[in-house]
Amino acid sequence: MADIPKPEELAKIDHTPPETPWMETPTVFRDGMWCYGAKPQNIEAVGMPNPREWSPKDEDWKLPDNWKEIVLDGMKDRLGKFRSFKLFMDICVRCGACADKCHYFIGSGDPKNMPVLRAELLRSLYRKNFTLGGKLFGKLAGGRDLTMDVFKELWYYMFQCSECRRCSVFCPYGIDTAEITMMGRELINLLGCNIDWIQAPVANCYRTGNHLGIQPHAYVSMIEFFCDEIEDVTGVRVNPTFNRKGAEILFITPSGDVFADPGTYTAMGYLMLFHYLESMGLDITWSTYASEGGNFGFFTSHEMAKRLNAKMYAEAKRLGVKWILGGECGHMWRVVHQYMDTFNGPADFLEEPVSPITGTKFENAKSTKMVHICEFTADLIRHNKLNLDPSRNDNLVVTFHDSCNPSRGMGFFEEPRYVIKNVCNNFYEMPSNTIREETFCCGSGAGLNAGENLELRMRGGLPRANAVKHVHEKHGVNMLACICAIDRAALPTLMEYWVPDVEVTGVHELVGNALILEGEKKRTTDLRGEPLPGMEDIEDEDL
Amino acid sequence: MKIYDGRKIIPGILIAALIFSFPFWLNFGKAAVPPKPRLPKGVKNCVKGTMYMRTSHMQLLNDWRNLVVRKNVRIFVAPTGKEYAMSLQNGCLKCHESKADFCDQCHTYLDVKPFCWDCHLAPKENK
Amino acid sequence: MSAQKSILYPLVAVLVLILIPVIGVKLGLSYFFAVVVPYAAFITFFGGILCKVINWARSPVPFRITTTCGQEKSFDWVKHNKFDNPFTNRQVLVRMALEVLCFRSLFRNLKMEMREGPKLAYGSAKWLWLGALAFHWSFLVILLRHMRFFAQPVPGFVDVLQNVDGFFELGIPQLFLTDAVIVAALTYLFLRRVVVPQIRYISLPSDYFPLYVLFGLVLSGIGMRYFFRVDIVKVKELAMSLVTLKPAVPDGIGTLFYVHLFMLSVLFAYFPFSKLAHMAGVFLSPTRNLANNSRAKRHINPWNYPVKVHTYEEYEEEFREKMKEVGLPVEKE
Repeated sequence: MADIPKPEELAKIDHTPPETPWMETPTVFRDGMWCYGAKPQNIEAVGMPNPREWSPKDEDWKLPDNWKEIVLDGMKDRLGKFRSFKLFMDICVRCGACADKCHYFIGSGDPKNMPVLRAELLRSLYRKNFTLGGKLFGKLAGGRDLTMDVFKELWYYMFQCSECRRCSVFCPYGIDTAEITMMGRELINLLGCNIDWIQAPVANCYRTGNHLGIQPHAYVSMIEFFCDEIEDVTGVRVNPTFNRKGAEILFITPSGDVFADPGTYTAMGYLMLFHYLESMGLDITWSTYASEGGNFGFFTSHEMAKRLNAKMYAEAKRLGVKWILGGECGHMWRVVHQYMDTFNGPADFLEEPVSPITGTKFENAKSTKMVHICEFTADLIRHNKLNLDPSRNDNLVVTFHDSCNPSRGMGFFEEPRYVIKNVCNNFYEMPSNTIREETFCCGSGAGLNAGENLELRMRGGLPRANAVKHVHEKHGVNMLACICAIDRAALPTLMEYWVPDVEVTGVHELVGNALILEGEKKRTTDLRGEPLPGMEDIEDEDL
Repeated sequence: MKIYDGRKIIPGILIAALIFSFPFWLNFGKAAVPPKPRLPKGVKNCVKGTMYMRTSHMQLLNDWRNLVVRKNVRIFVAPTGKEYAMSLQNGCLKCHESKADFCDQCHTYLDVKPFCWDCHLAPKENK
Repeated sequence: MSAQKSILYPLVAVLVLILIPVIGVKLGLSYFFAVVVPYAAFITFFGGILCKVINWARSPVPFRITTTCGQEKSFDWVKHNKFDNPFTNRQVLVRMALEVLCFRSLFRNLKMEMREGPKLAYGSAKWLWLGALAFHWSFLVILLRHMRFFAQPVPGFVDVLQNVDGFFELGIPQLFLTDAVIVAALTYLFLRRVVVPQIRYISLPSDYFPLYVLFGLVLSGIGMRYFFRVDIVKVKELAMSLVTLKPAVPDGIGTLFYVHLFMLSVLFAYFPFSKLAHMAGVFLSPTRNLANNSRAKRHINPWNYPVKVHTYEEYEEEFREKMKEVGLPVEKE
């Protein structure tokens, strides 16, 4: 991990732009703000262009001789394929409403992190090369030539955007910087200049089915380890199945949930819920082939996103399930909700999802045939199908972080809140301008949760952390709940840095704690093995 | 040339075109008839020059009203030195006999609704 | 380009543009400025916008990328925010109407403040919304009021607008509120660009240019009505001759009118090639004009193409032995 200044130091942020105009202010790569370049084997693994050893710090990026042509042709191609891109290049009036909406600008003060300028980096090339005004008047019309410095600057800032779409909420024309960044990154990938933190998961996911490169036998044994843990805490043995043909439902969750704390506790929550429902008619299986909900391809290119996403439907078809249930994940749900059916549908081999427990038809998922586990659980609770003891989460004072993608890509606000409020007694919202559609990114989304760019992550996460700090001080909040695997990986570091004493959890970990399993022993700890106040086994202590 | 979402965009373009060309089709095939205010016979000069009167008579009348009502000044001395009564009925209308043939010509043409006649009685027109 | 240059260059350009009709009319080119220029500008405006929109329409919307700004349609018992997160096309129409007529998104605007601590606060910031709304609506009302020059007899709505707009009956001729409002709004929009450091930083010459043109247009208009009056009967005669396609230029319309008309022509001709195209573009924005129903209704990407994927067979081929070891079912033994 890079050295990073102390919070007091980092918090000294100047939002005043420099004297020199932005086109004439050279971009200097500051350590802690950028990620390592993609390794050749990871580019080769998925057959993408220009694999080679390189570092973004190098003077020479080892690009093909006709790199300019490749970028400009790539732009032309994308202008023709995406109305969003073409339109957003044309209609920005630079009103500046987006400027202070970006968490990276708030946290860094770097004017090129204002969404409008991030887009202008690309827009200046568009004007120069694709509009009459720019061709005739050049700089006067806001155009500029594509040079290596310009390309490097583009690279630097395309990987300082987490595609969170907060700016898009405030833009009077709905200009979505995520679209701009996605195009920028596609162009960058035409020259093999992805960051390795994205490219390695892509390569892994392509081969092993998940970002972390967990092979099938390891995947199974990791989940079996969770089963042991669950048995320790509850005395009940849960028995998940894998790659089982003929199951009614296929369950897909981000691999982060099986890999690292605190996501693992969320995975345990899923396992317990499925076990609980088994006797009520739930017939569900996990897959080692489609063992990734997330999609780092989405941070690379539309094509790569589609290539990785294809496994979900392919596996559902192979196993002959009726529909797919998806775990808690942010960008996974943006892809599932807004892209999957278009990418790889129609899913005519599946059936319209119906909860086998409550009989509820998930009308809003009838074409894509994939249901969010929070929808599924909220429906169960609504129908009184779960035996819950929320007091087992009484040691927690919980707030909820709306993850960017389900918020601004779905409008998924009430479902997780309904679940949380039914499994916890202490719940407080963060200030209204920092939640729901106005939620702030964790600072590490869109493939930016690497170690070498820690300063960027802490800066970008400042607005989120600051809102948590507010409820931490006001209500004693000590647990930050979220429905995103990147959040669960990134927020603990962020909390440790800005708001120590606040931990991070998935919603289904809270469900797992509250859920009363049949035949369970008296619980003395939560899923993390932390003692539950007032529920300690007194006899044990006497011994 | 392939157009996407043409079923929505083309009607949109047509509606917009219709709105923006409103003045053209509203007047389509009509002949524009300019107003013909009837000028008084036998009188060549008004209280001020023609150009001033055409563009700014409302200003003059407003000033007259204020002078008469507030300061009791009733005589206007024209740039030519000639004196006029500052009065609508006993001044202007002496020469410009017909409101319909004079005032209303341009006022209707340009949709101007002066408030002179809120207080003053309009002259009875010979029909 | 430095901020000073970005502010100054377009100002010089507009001043030069103002001089063109002033000199031109003196040289006896009134027909050119009264007929040729307005027609050319109008055709450029129409043709340009048409090309622009068709050019946008030639690119498909491959994915349904609605920006959702409220609760999605979910269970019956969850309150659906219909207009910030529409599920049906009808709801989209309402969302678009709110966006286009009321600037819904701009209404959300906040101002971030950073205090010691650090402590971030977000205050409501409606000035931009108010300024933008005031400008656009005033402009529309003024444009519609001008219909009195383009129709004979004058349509009734113009009368209504004039009465409402001149409600206070101040001055002779009575002051139109929109005249005052548009100057105030333009001044605000200009000043924030110049004064707020971040906005100044992002502003291009092409952001100042239309503001100056609008100032020229509005101030020359106000000047003609209240201070340096021109013969508006002749103005209407010209306008009517233009819209009846029988152009004839009456003598003796004041020069200020030619400045006004020229500024309008410049604005119209400049429109399609600039950011002003947002007027048409706002209707096409895919994050706003699509229903958020992509899981319920399949969205088609016209250029969707098959891609190379890593199939289950390839996967099993690589891991078969390991899979068998942990008892995972396999397709081939």
